[in-house]
Amino acid sequence: MKQIQFEQRYQSFWQEFEYLVNDLEKNKKKQASSLQERYKLPKQYRKICNHFAIAKQRHYSPVLTQRLHNLVLKGHELIYRNKTVWLWRVFEFVSSSFPNLVRRHYKAFWLAAALFYVPAITMGVVCFNNSEIIYSVMDPISVAGMEYMYDPENRKLGREEDRQADTDIMMFGYYIFNNISVGFRTFASGIILGIGSLFFLIYNGLIIGGVSGYLTQLGFIETFWSFVSGHGSFELTAIVICGMAGLLIAKPIFSPGNLRRLDALKHIGKDCIQLVMGAALMLVIAAFIEAFWSPSSFISSNIKYYIAAILWAIVIVYLMFAGRGPRAS
Amino acid sequence: MLDTIRKFEVPEGVDLELRLAGPIIRINAWLIDFIIRSTIQVAAYFILIWLGTIGWGLILLTIFIVEWFYPVLFELYQGATPGKKILNLYVCHDDGTPVNWQSSMLRNLLRVADFLPFAYALGLLSMFINRDFKRLGDLAAGTVVVYRDNKNSEINVPSAEPIPLPLPLTITEQRSILDFAERNEFLSIPRQQELSNILTPLTGKQNDASVKELHKYANWLLKGQ
Repeated sequence: MKQIQFEQRYQSFWQEFEYLVNDLEKNKKKQASSLQERYKLPKQYRKICNHFAIAKQRHYSPVLTQRLHNLVLKGHELIYRNKTVWLWRVFEFVSSSFPNLVRRHYKAFWLAAALFYVPAITMGVVCFNNSEIIYSVMDPISVAGMEYMYDPENRKLGREEDRQADTDIMMFGYYIFNNISVGFRTFASGIILGIGSLFFLIYNGLIIGGVSGYLTQLGFIETFWSFVSGHGSFELTAIVICGMAGLLIAKPIFSPGNLRRLDALKHIGKDCIQLVMGAALMLVIAAFIEAFWSPSSFISSNIKYYIAAILWAIVIVYLMFAGRGPRAS
Repeated sequence: MLDTIRKFEVPEGVDLELRLAGPIIRINAWLIDFIIRSTIQVAAYFILIWLGTIGWGLILLTIFIVEWFYPVLFELYQGATPGKKILNLYVCHDDGTPVNWQSSMLRNLLRVADFLPFAYALGLLSMFINRDFKRLGDLAAGTVVVYRDNKNSEINVPSAEPIPLPLPLTITEQRSILDFAERNEFLSIPRQQELSNILTPLTGKQNDASVKELHKYANWLLKGQ
């Protein structure tokens, strides 16, 4: 068959397909095609693939081949995209796939936790016994700032009686901005042989442990611990999970298993990004608690400790048990 | 390596081609996006600052969202950030399917690593040593940045009286003649003559006459008698 005959025979079909494809690419509300027309898409797509193969095999002119190629490409994008109800996906993610992922990579989780908590506890004990050590990881101005913030004598900076709701909102914005960015960085810098995540885990451990030890030794126990214990559950666990994802994404470079390094990277990348997004959600919860619950001064410290214990229990039970069962993937 | 076309086979058994975008055009797209992002952030600052303390919280939230999620939202919505869209680029998986949220988030979070130690040096290095122009984020997410071929050119072989080929030509040679005829609008007349003069042994003609002769062959290849 000569090219012209081929074109004449199928021209109207190609136009119909092109119209449908362009229509389906638009927003749902702007689409004009009927349901019956849409159901035809897969069949029409296979036919277009066939025409493209014929045009290539018979060496029809480049412009025609290119046109059919573009039609196939558009059809391919429409047919093989994955779109689902995202609200359901979020629910499934939170209730099952996220905790399952943390458990599947439990070795990385415990490694990250150790990299964070061992320096933190060591530094805490050291600073509790010798307050000078804090200055080896923090500059004097920051230490003075911390001290001032948690000094029971001057309950200032968001911890005073007349703290306003708008300050809470400001701090919420700040915690989201700062903490989640830290989490993302802890993960992303892991792709360079894991060095970044290693650094951020240990460094944050040293600072947090150091400050806790230092302030406890000063006797600011009530102001400090009643403030941090509540959101610590979600915040610290989320940072550990971000670090864990950063360590995991570095793993293919050292031990790719049965895959090529690049393929192993792509493979683990899917798990890592889900871990990080789960951790980001935990950090949002932490920011809520930190901005609206932890600083409230009309709640007694004892209640705050109770709630903190409950929050820790929630995090642990959630990560250990959520999403187990026959449907767990 | 000059060839920047990547082939992949779709389940229906045909090969599709993606034209990869190189570093320069991607830097340009990034610059456009950078201007847009900065404008949004500065505008948010000047509007929200009027709300006082609450405004500050909202400003920080806006900066956070724009900083981390601007590319993701646009890639999920239309396959490309505005900068890429203007330059006719889009992001897709290695197998030509549109990006999903995981790969989009992954490639954009890893910008942090690509940026190191300064000004996307690591990302550029990775693009130069990688045959698909992938930065670290693209490597991990399995994505590529490619050109969108939107022009739907009409087949435009100048019509002429079809003449059969004087010799049997191979199918690639026939295709070259068709290609030559289809490009008549994009080639200057002297260039067309220069090219067609190469085939003087076949056509037995020179310059303009030779071009016309090739157009006749092309018409025969398209239409037959």
